[in-house]
Amino acid sequence: MSDQKLKLSYFAWVRERIGRASEEVVPPQGVRTVGDLIGWLGERGEEYAYAFERPAIIRAAIDRVHVKHETPIANAREIAFFPPMTGG
Amino acid sequence: MATVRIQHEDFDAAAEAALLTRGRTDAGAVVTFTGLCRDEKGTLTALELEHYPGMAEDEIARVAAEAEHRWPLLGATIIHRYGRIRPGENIVLVVTMSSHRQAAFAAADFLMDYLKTRAPFWKKEIRADGSEGQWVEAKDADDKAMERWKGAVGSRD
Repeated sequence: MSDQKLKLSYFAWVRERIGRASEEVVPPQGVRTVGDLIGWLGERGEEYAYAFERPAIIRAAIDRVHVKHETPIANAREIAFFPPMTGG
Repeated sequence: MATVRIQHEDFDAAAEAALLTRGRTDAGAVVTFTGLCRDEKGTLTALELEHYPGMAEDEIARVAAEAEHRWPLLGATIIHRYGRIRPGENIVLVVTMSSHRQAAFAAADFLMDYLKTRAPFWKKEIRADGSEGQWVEAKDADDKAMERWKGAVGSRD
């Protein structure tokens, strides 16, 4: 797990607040779920803290499928974070 | 199998419906729904629709498969636009075809409710002075509209 290289993608105001659309990270051991990852990202700096200030409303997708915060991130290649959707 | 397209270009609702029914004699009902960009307060120049390429197609295809599982559809076409869209222009098209109207109406209604809450699209307002406005906030009403399908006809929830 400790060497797992993850692509993270951000959309809408999550992307704007962080200031980038995507990046690669290697989360530390102990970051097992989507919720853990949000918690870890939120401590990486002001822009991340701002983007994830209300973790409960953040939506996530693993490899382009919606997931819950409890979902394990093992084997994920790409994880996306975004606000509630407003299409249609 | 539903046809799903994610594109910036406009679409022709009548032409898409005609394409679906062409050469068929078993379809008794086609429902065509078009969602438009609206400007309620007269302050909007356009909406900028951001989407998640790849996932948008996949997710809408999953929602369409769910509709086909619930209702006896003979065909469906879903088109969602992205990029800058001005008031009065088309945003989304849902066409459903079935032997009878009930299935076509219900499936189109279901597809729109699911698209609003599950398709990875986000709208940002572009104001009359050209400045960027707010991101459109998700509505509780849309979540409630989707919730009503849980436990409904053909539901696997």
